[in-house]
Amino acid sequence: MAITLKVNGRAHTVVAEPETALLYVLRNDLKLKGARFGCGMGQCGACTVLLDGKPVQSCDLPLSAAAGKSITTVEGLAQNGKLHPLQQAFIEEQAAQCGYCATGIIMTAKALLDANPRATDAEIRSALKGNLCRCGTHHRILRAIQRAALAMRK
Amino acid sequence: MASAGTQPRKLPGSLNANRRLDRWLRVNRDGTVTVFPGKVEIGQGILTALTQIVAEELDVALERIRLAPTDTSYSPDEGMTSGSQSITDGGTALRYAAAETRDLLLQRAAAKLGVSLEQLAVADGVITARSGGSATYWDLASDDLLAREATAEIAPKPASQHTIIGKPAPRRDIPAKVSGTPIYVHDLELPGMLHGRIVRPPSYEARLAGLDEAEVRGLQGVVKVVRDGSFLGVVAEREEQAIRALTRLKRIARWEEATQLPESDARFLYRETSEDTVISEKHDAAAAARKAKTLEAEYTRPYTAHAALGPSCAVARLEDGRYTVWTHSQGVFPLRRDLAPVLGVEEKRVTVIHMDGAGCYGHNGADDAALDAALLARAVPGRPVRVQWMREDEFHWEPYGPTMAVKLKGDLDARGNIVGWTEDIWSNSHSTRPNGLGGVNLLAAWHLAHPHKPSPPRNPPLPGGGSHRNAIPIYEFPNERVTNRLVKRMPVRVSALRALGATANVFAIESFMDELAAAAGADPVEFRLRHLKDPRARAVIETVAAKAGWRKGEKGDGTRGRGIGFARYKNGACYVAEIVEVEAGNEIAVKRVWAAIDAGLVINPDGLVNQTEGGIIQAASWALKEAIQYDRSRILTSTWTDYPILTFEESPVVEVTIVNRPDEPPLGAGEGTQGPTVAAIANAIFNAMGARLRDLPFTRDRVLAALA
Repeated sequence: MAITLKVNGRAHTVVAEPETALLYVLRNDLKLKGARFGCGMGQCGACTVLLDGKPVQSCDLPLSAAAGKSITTVEGLAQNGKLHPLQQAFIEEQAAQCGYCATGIIMTAKALLDANPRATDAEIRSALKGNLCRCGTHHRILRAIQRAALAMRK
Repeated sequence: MASAGTQPRKLPGSLNANRRLDRWLRVNRDGTVTVFPGKVEIGQGILTALTQIVAEELDVALERIRLAPTDTSYSPDEGMTSGSQSITDGGTALRYAAAETRDLLLQRAAAKLGVSLEQLAVADGVITARSGGSATYWDLASDDLLAREATAEIAPKPASQHTIIGKPAPRRDIPAKVSGTPIYVHDLELPGMLHGRIVRPPSYEARLAGLDEAEVRGLQGVVKVVRDGSFLGVVAEREEQAIRALTRLKRIARWEEATQLPESDARFLYRETSEDTVISEKHDAAAAARKAKTLEAEYTRPYTAHAALGPSCAVARLEDGRYTVWTHSQGVFPLRRDLAPVLGVEEKRVTVIHMDGAGCYGHNGADDAALDAALLARAVPGRPVRVQWMREDEFHWEPYGPTMAVKLKGDLDARGNIVGWTEDIWSNSHSTRPNGLGGVNLLAAWHLAHPHKPSPPRNPPLPGGGSHRNAIPIYEFPNERVTNRLVKRMPVRVSALRALGATANVFAIESFMDELAAAAGADPVEFRLRHLKDPRARAVIETVAAKAGWRKGEKGDGTRGRGIGFARYKNGACYVAEIVEVEAGNEIAVKRVWAAIDAGLVINPDGLVNQTEGGIIQAASWALKEAIQYDRSRILTSTWTDYPILTFEESPVVEVTIVNRPDEPPLGAGEGTQGPTVAAIANAIFNAMGARLRDLPFTRDRVLAALA
């Protein structure tokens, strides 16, 4: 069936079963590859996108639950060709090894910093509860989020 | 001219096996240089380091370097990207190839400008003669420039002249990876691409006994159900349709299973037949006679998963009798050698192309997924098929890091010096990668109606070693006997996990050094230095002790404590010493880690620090949490809930110090932290609360048992 989604400010109509996980539609129909498949069970956070500003795991979110809401993916963060401060901070801190977890973490961090621009180290760590990193880049990622928070407050 | 039968001269690094310069480099007329690496990016930053090497030796800006994807149709065959060897193999080859390329360009410039070589200087590809006149690489380059064998006679620059090597360079791949730009094989889109999933058996030896696939064939979007013996897969138009068909097939397939897994304790290894080799033996009767006290201990590690964050993925296409396979394998050439016989074609009819994947940390499902995709592609000629494993496929079927057991016996003299050391290690092989040697090491090949047998397991020889990697202590003991007991039967699928046997061996040796130090009433830092002559080994220990503010004889307070761990990786690569601070609450928490690393000449210091921090945090996760669970027939670990890893709330603060030695050759450094981290955590727990943990992982139950 045809379902209309609002992704990064634009409306898209896709034909898929309503129980299809949003992740597959983002990646395969809309060709937005920034949200990544990690577990399909909402346990690792690699597929995190924002739904009305709140982080959700798109791998187990049915399309029907996303319809009519505003969806933001990592591709929607850059403004006028300029990367979001979080993306910029990840580059400045070199906060990636394989990078597979990075986009999901950036989306979770964006939701946190939008709501709490002065998040403490403990609050950032807690917000990232649902995001796993296997390469052990935690240390740099935390530093990058702090750096972005500072830049966003300026 | 060399006469027939004469061995060609040995060339440095991977140049030896790939001797033509144009296999490595191309100078383009548009002001760029293309590098053809045989080593692949697996999140370790190798490609950035290789571009630094080429830019340095050629005297061009980093921005001019382009990288060609590693592809069996044109790239040099550098085997596997593994064992912390990419800088020493591929980096060395490119250092010499680039130095020689620069010299060839200078010769052309000298001829064109009518001056001698000594008159010329290069800046960013522009060659200038002292007397005036200039030429650029881009004008001088031609197709035949590098159409020749390397001589390796042009020496690379000494460290004193380095302006790019040794300076932090930003990773080339990070902007794409944080922007969501397609870069992983998982993101590859080809016209007409279909989606596949594999229905794996419920356990290792299970046979597909019955399946009525008609109802699945009728599901929306299903293009093909592929069944060959016990290999079962499905191809569909859309990804979610493939997953729906997979779920249905799982429900209706009937399997015959066997009970054949070992008990869930590494000690089962003691009862297995093993091939025993004494790998180190030293005798000093006078020292042995001074023995005053003997200690014995036993250490184990469980099966440990690579647990890549992104399950394995590949895309394959069969067209006009030729296969093209896109993969995140660590070795496109070795993979091709195993793919061809299964697909029943000559190697030259298979092209394997590397693309980035999620970090793998060794041999995971990447190669297996490549065969899966090729087998499904064979069923739908002309259409590319993308296969991604589900999370539970990865947990159930990846080859784990082997379980190991190490027994140690140490003799102290009355002054607290070690006068005798006896060590026995039990392990499977740590290397069952695809290699085209006497079998096929790809999962699906074993399940086909006409199955292929796996290749015999190999144990890479010392000094690098496999199960016995780092088994020989680098401390100086007058009496020593180290026996490697290689268990050939592999009831659980195993292969290379970052650091191979070094993790368990260093854990055992460094824990036991602490136990002996305690028995001798000595400070663990001083005790190590007392038994260590190598000045570079001593320097990393002294550096980390100073950075951490280690106080001689410091003791924990019952909940907090610190411990040290040290090793020289492979007894020949980088030196790492670490001090770890732990806190015992409900669980053991690693709060802070100080590390000192000597990797010789460092190409990209920030890359080295990133790898070192990552290795430490990953090893802390292994130490505190990780073990594959299984019963006598099935692997029980299926999800991240079954296999928790270190989270952001639990990750330590890490401080890495590089002991820089730019005049020494570069030493492999991607895996050097694994053993020292695990050992330092064990030693810190003992320091904190007097509990000696000898079985990994260090869970709450184990701490309580050790305290009881």
